[in-house]
Order: sequence, then C-alpha cells, then structure tokens
Amino acid sequence: MPEGRSPILELQGITKSFGGVEALRGVDFALLPGEIHGLVGENGAGKSTLMKIIAGVHTDFSGRFLVNGQETRFRSARDAHAAGIAMVHQELSVAPDLTVAENVFLGNQPTNRLGIVQWRRMAREAGEQLARFGIDVDPMSRLGDLPIGLQQLIEIARVLFSGARIVILDEPTSALSPPEVERLFTTLRRLRNEGTGIVFISHFIEDILRVSDTVTVFRNGRKVAETASSATTKGALIEAMIGRGGEALEHSYTDDLSLPKPSDGPVVLKVDQLSLARSLRDISFEARAGEVLGVYGFMGCGQQELSRILFGKLKPDGGTLIVDGAPKTFASTAAARRAGVALVPESRRAMLFHQEPVYKNVSISILDRISALLLKPAREREIAQRQVEQLQIRPPVVGLDLGMLSGGNQQKVALARWLTYPPKLLVLCEPTRGMDVGAKNDVINIVRDLRAKGLAIIVLSTEPETVLSLADRILVLKRGTLVREFKNEPVSKDRLLEAA
Amino acid sequence: MASSETALAADRKPRGIGPFLRSQMRNIAPFLTLIFLSLFFAFASPSFATLDNLGNILTQVSVTGIIAVGLTFVILCAEIDLSIASIANVTGIAVAYFTLQESYVNIANVPMPGAVAILLAILLCALLGLVNALGLTVIGIPSFIMTLAMMQIAAGISALLVRGQIAYKVPSLISTLGSGSIGGIPWIVIVAAIMLLAGHLVLTYTRFGRYVYMVGGNREAAEYSGLNVKLILGAVMVISAVCSGIGGMLGVAHFGSAQQNEFDTYLLDSIAAVVVGGTSLFGGRGGIGNTIVGLFVLGVLNNGLDHVNIDSFLKILIRGLILLAALVINVYAQRLREQTAD
Ligand SMILES: Nc1ncnc2c1ncn2[C@@H]1O[C@H](COP(=O)(O)OP(=O)(O)O)[C@@H](O)[C@H]1O
Ligand SMILES: [Mg+2]
Repeated sequence: MPEGRSPILELQGITKSFGGVEALRGVDFALLPGEIHGLVGENGAGKSTLMKIIAGVHTDFSGRFLVNGQETRFRSARDAHAAGIAMVHQELSVAPDLTVAENVFLGNQPTNRLGIVQWRRMAREAGEQLARFGIDVDPMSRLGDLPIGLQQLIEIARVLFSGARIVILDEPTSALSPPEVERLFTTLRRLRNEGTGIVFISHFIEDILRVSDTVTVFRNGRKVAETASSATTKGALIEAMIGRGGEALEHSYTDDLSLPKPSDGPVVLKVDQLSLARSLRDISFEARAGEVLGVYGFMGCGQQELSRILFGKLKPDGGTLIVDGAPKTFASTAAARRAGVALVPESRRAMLFHQEPVYKNVSISILDRISALLLKPAREREIAQRQVEQLQIRPPVVGLDLGMLSGGNQQKVALARWLTYPPKLLVLCEPTRGMDVGAKNDVINIVRDLRAKGLAIIVLSTEPETVLSLADRILVLKRGTLVREFKNEPVSKDRLLEAA
Repeated sequence: MASSETALAADRKPRGIGPFLRSQMRNIAPFLTLIFLSLFFAFASPSFATLDNLGNILTQVSVTGIIAVGLTFVILCAEIDLSIASIANVTGIAVAYFTLQESYVNIANVPMPGAVAILLAILLCALLGLVNALGLTVIGIPSFIMTLAMMQIAAGISALLVRGQIAYKVPSLISTLGSGSIGGIPWIVIVAAIMLLAGHLVLTYTRFGRYVYMVGGNREAAEYSGLNVKLILGAVMVISAVCSGIGGMLGVAHFGSAQQNEFDTYLLDSIAAVVVGGTSLFGGRGGIGNTIVGLFVLGVLNNGLDHVNIDSFLKILIRGLILLAALVINVYAQRLREQTAD
C-alpha cells in the first residue's frame, strides 16, 4: 500500500440519511493519488451514496469533506466536476438521443470562436479517444441505437478521458464482456500510474482483488474493513460483506459442473429458423416446462434481440415462434403477455416506474385480472405485500416510491411483478447483474422455485457464472448464431468461454 | 398488524415538509395563482365577486371545460391534440347540417330526426379521432404533426358543409343542453361538471385510468409490462375527439349559430387550462383536478379583465404572459420532482 502520500480526498464521519433511512453512519474514507481503491459491499450498503456525495450529487450530509487537505463543500455535481472529480454512475446516465461524439464531449463540445460546435473535429477526436479504448464505433451514430454494453463503455471512456484527477466507477463492468473488462483494467492501471485516484466498485470480487491496491468493505452504512488487496482473500471479503461465513456462497465455477438430464416436460416454446437483420441467423431451439434454459454469449451476440423477439417487442424477419403448440406472431408485448410470455430486461429502469409506488409496479401485469373496470387498490397492496414479504424486499413497504429502493430490491420488484402473473415462459436477461452475493442467491432460489412450479425459464446472460448457477441446459450464442448446446454433460466457465 | 401500520406511516410523506411541498409544487402553484387572481379582481372591481358573476364565469368556461376533459387524457399520456377546436367546430356544424334549417339559410343540408343528427355528429368526431389514433399508433406520426393535419382536415370538412353560410338550428336536445337552464343553473354548466367528474372518476378509479398514468409516466416501462400502449394511446385520441365534439355541439347551441372558425380560440384555451392547472407536459402527473383549477384561473382572468378598465388589446398580452408563467412552473415542477425522486 502506498504510504507517505497525502490523500487527495478525505471524508470523515460522513452520515447521510434519506428520510428515515440511514444510508451512511459515520463513515471515514480516504483516497490517495495513484491509487485504485476497491469498494465492496452488499446492495444497499451505502457505496453509491458515498460516491454520490463525493461527486456532488448529494449535498445534504454531515461530516467533514476535504479535497487536497482543504475542507470543501460542493453545492452541485458541477462543483465536483470543477474540482476534478468524475463519476460513472451505476445506472447508465448517457443521453440516448445524442450521437456518440456528443456523449463523449457532453457539456464541453469543441467550438470555434463564434461558439459554433465543430462537428467534424468533435467526431474525429471522439473516434480517436474511443479507439484508444478499443471501441470501434461510428462517432456520429445515435447512442441509444447501440447495445447497452457499448453505451456503458462509451460512458466509461468519457469519464476516464475527461482529465479528472479523481475517477469513480460505480459497478462499471456489469455489462462488459471479458475482453472489454481487460481493456478497462489496462486503462485504469495507466491512469493510476499517471497519479489519478480511482475508486472502483464491483461485485466481482476477483476483479477487485486483481486491479485495486486497497479494498474497503461496507456493510449496512458503515465501513467494516479496509485492507491492502494483497493481504486479503475473496472469502475474507465476502465474510466481511455479509457478516457471516460466506465461503460456500460464491461458487467459482472453474471446475466442471455436470448438467442434469434434460427435462421431459412439455415443450412450451419452440423457435424455428428465427432471424433478424444483422443480429440473428437461423436460431432454432425448444424450451420445456420445468427447466431453466441458459443462453450464454458475449455482449452484442444477439441475446438482447432474441429476448425482445420472444416478448413481442421486436419483429423477426423470418422464422416461427410456437408457444404451447400454437404458432404466434406477437403484434405487441401485450399479445406476448396474454400468450403467457414474460420478460425481465437487463435494465431495471426499462421496466419499472420509478415515480410510482412499489405496489403499482407489481400489480400492473395482473390488473386486468383483479379488476374488470374499477381498480381495487386494497387488493393490489395485499398481493404486492405478499410478494414483498416472500422475496424479502427491503424496506417492506408497498406504498414507497420504487425509486427509493436500492438496485437489488428493484430487481426483486421486477421479478415480483411476473411472479404474481405467473407466465408459462419467463425470459430473464442478466437476472443477477449488479447484485451482491446475498441478493444473487435470493434470485437463484426464486428461479429454482419457479422451475419446480413447472415454468419454462430462459436465462440470457453475458456472465458465465449467472448461466452456470441457474441453467439446466445451456445454449451458446455467437455473433447471432447458436454454436453449441451443453446438456447432460460437464460444463465449466472455461468450456463456455471457449465455445463463445 | 405492525406491518400495515408501517406501510401507512411510510405512505404519508416520508421525507419531511420541504421536499413534500416541492414535489407538490405543480398542484400548489396553480391554486395559489387562482386565489391571488380572485383576490386581486375582487379588490379591483366591486362587480367581480358576486354570485351572478360566478355564474358567468362558470358558463364562460363550460365549453373549454368539456373539451379539456379529453385533452387532459392526451396530455397525461405525453401526447398533444391540436385538432380539438377544429373537431369541435366540425361536429357543431355537422349536427346543424343534419337538422332542418329555416328557409333563408342557404345550405344544402340533409335534415334528419334530432337523435339521428346527434348520433351522426358523434360518429363523425369519433371517426376523426380514430384517424388521429391510427396516424399516431399504426403509422407512427408524432401526435403534434398528426393532429396539425387533422386540424386542417376538420376545418376543410366544416368549410365544405357550410360553404361560408351560417346555420342556426340544432336538435332540441342540443339546444336545451347548450342554452337552456334548470332551476337557474345553465345546463351547459351541469354537462361540463358531469363530464369533468366522469373524467376524474375514470382517471382515478378505473384500470384504464391507471394505464393512462403508467403510459404517460414511462412509456417504455408500460410496454415492458405488457400493456397495449398503442391501444391506450389510440383510445385517448378518440376520447379527446369525442369530448371536443360534444363541446362543439353544445357550443354551437350556446352561441346560437354554427359557422366556420367559430371555435378557433378554444384550442389555446383548452391547452392553457390543462397546462396552467399543472398537468405535466411530460405525461404521467396531474389530472382533472388540475384541469379544473386551470379552467378557473383562465375563467377568472378572462372575466376579471372585463371588469377592470383595461385596454382590450393588452388583455391578449396578459393572457400570453400568464400562460408563459404557467409553462415555466410546469417544467420547473417536473425538474423538482425528478430531483426529489432521484
Ligand atoms: N435517493 C434515495 N432516496 C432514498 N433512499 C435512498 C436513495 N438512495 C439510496 N437510498 C437508500 O440508501 C441505502 C444505500 O443505498 P446505496 O448507496 O445505493 O447502496 P449500494 O450502492 O451500496 O448498493 C439503501 O437502503 C437505499 O435504499
Ligand atoms: Mg450502488
């Protein structure tokens, strides 16, 4: 651990509460120049809140805040930015309707003397910056048209190349493929060597151990440990995070795992020769009741498109979908829902109503069943309350606006919505992304429960661990085609990565 | 039942009074404006704060109120309908067109029994609404453009039907509802009140109303929830057209004549009523309650300016400025809310 340098950032006794909820309780935190500081903790531990305080997003807190030894108080994110602090937020905060180049230069586009944006220069420089980061994309394309993973990379690139002296990355790798993560780490190490202080939050503890110099562990709004990365282990960190022996919780999946005999339940979904423009070619497979079918592949392999076709959000160019023996062409997501298909997309933001209470978020899918014409709010709350208790959503208050919940709990609300429905075929995209060990296990248990109830479940993920921990049978999707099926045989992370 | 108690406690403003007030800004600001304007005119003119004048104000805002019911649905869905005034006009003209006119009215009209005339007029506005709906949902034309075209189409149909003439007669049911009164209360006020109430009940207590708010609040999430977003948007456009049509028929009876360009001011007035009332232009927030407050702000302003001695041309400017102020508050309230929710 680098000693003798004075911290560029120091926080002392930081306390922050949201209404009645104490998110941080007397936290001390220091960041040295030229240090990569890893931050781990379960969902809701307060990591993002602390980082948002540093980035000037939350200005209302108590405690001392020093930048370069000077007591400071930011009044806005702009102040923090001016002080050389840049942050990649956990939830994407890109502008989907702007071009890639505009996003890269967000807020400081190059202009000529008349204040007119120099588009050509901006596009060229954006292209160069992204290329340095290994991103090959047309700087003039609309950002929202790119896959989520690429959008996230572009946001990361923007922050890393903004010249900030303090860089905060809040779970930046959840949407990235392994080679992309490698490129990120290379860049982080270079920035560190140039003297930048970096805070890196991730649920991938191996990543944290690999890239960071120091690790701090948060639990329940408090800092519970801080050590040099070289002096700790994954098991020790997990134990500190959840406050109990956690060795058994996280499987590393490096060893072979044997997949069970395929289910002989009835075929719920049959996909035949499905294709979509440049994304998918001749995809054919079946999903059966009582099994979890995993679909693994790198970011951009066509998973996202496949899931959208199954839920009627995208129309395929060719091929057939047969649900429960009947051929379907879904004209809308409503038609898919009525046919018994449900989707939880990878981005919670996409399917949840942040300004509405939890119970309305849960009941929306079954409203037509519990009320013909008039709403029955009491019944909605009752149904939601049952789900909230069953899934241990925190806080267990169905009247709270969804936006007040932490990410993992929002994901559980997303699941709760479809559990009340329940569908015949449940399509889950990245169901455990951005979750801590505890919440991940909860989700795994929920999915197993549903399988036992006879649902057909499809899990699409770019994380081998997710697919391996959930699936009974695994398809590997590579550049829009199915290249391999694993069933009733041994499989491991290596084998999956190799196939993709 | 400890758990339901905590639920209730948390339902009540969990964040203290400051953030609560900020999140409620869109409801509070229009109300304060209304109180301020009423007090101002009450002091400025002795003839303003009288029961008679209250009756005037109510009558004056009735047609706008009827049209604004449907428009509230549309704006809650984060869409807009610019064809409301034109559709009101063409429906009013249509109901007269299907009614026997006096011999001196030089219109090649097609007289029908009153009930049939009303039915045909309603069918016409519903059909025009349906065209809006299809353009918006099936073809994907933004509502701003689609309804701009419809504004012209409806004006064109009006022109073809009356050809520059004026018709006077409408079915007796319509003329009673438009210009009659019962127990001293004009029927048109009662109809407007009933329609506003119905709109409120639909938005607050029905499944469809919930869908409107959800679609307006986050259209993508509504789609991922398996809602038929296009159907809801389409329904909202039809509702708007039918409300406009009813407003148009009663308006024609109220004015005593049916002619081209009779409703032109109602486009701006209706949009102003909804927006001044605090319904979010970004969708998902607000409702009929807001629209009612907005209607009164506009009604008090229009009526009050007649009671004080003021240049009638300046009135137009003042109305414009009030509308601008309301828009500023509307956008600002949205931003405050987003900050509070983040
Ligand atoms: N804007 C907010 N309003 C209310 N509560 C919040 C807000 N942001 C976070 N919280 C609460 O603060 C706690 C810490 O959340 P967070 O910092 O996001 O955790 P982490 O990033 O470690 O998962 C959680 O209980 C969460 O519900
Ligand atoms: Mg977080």
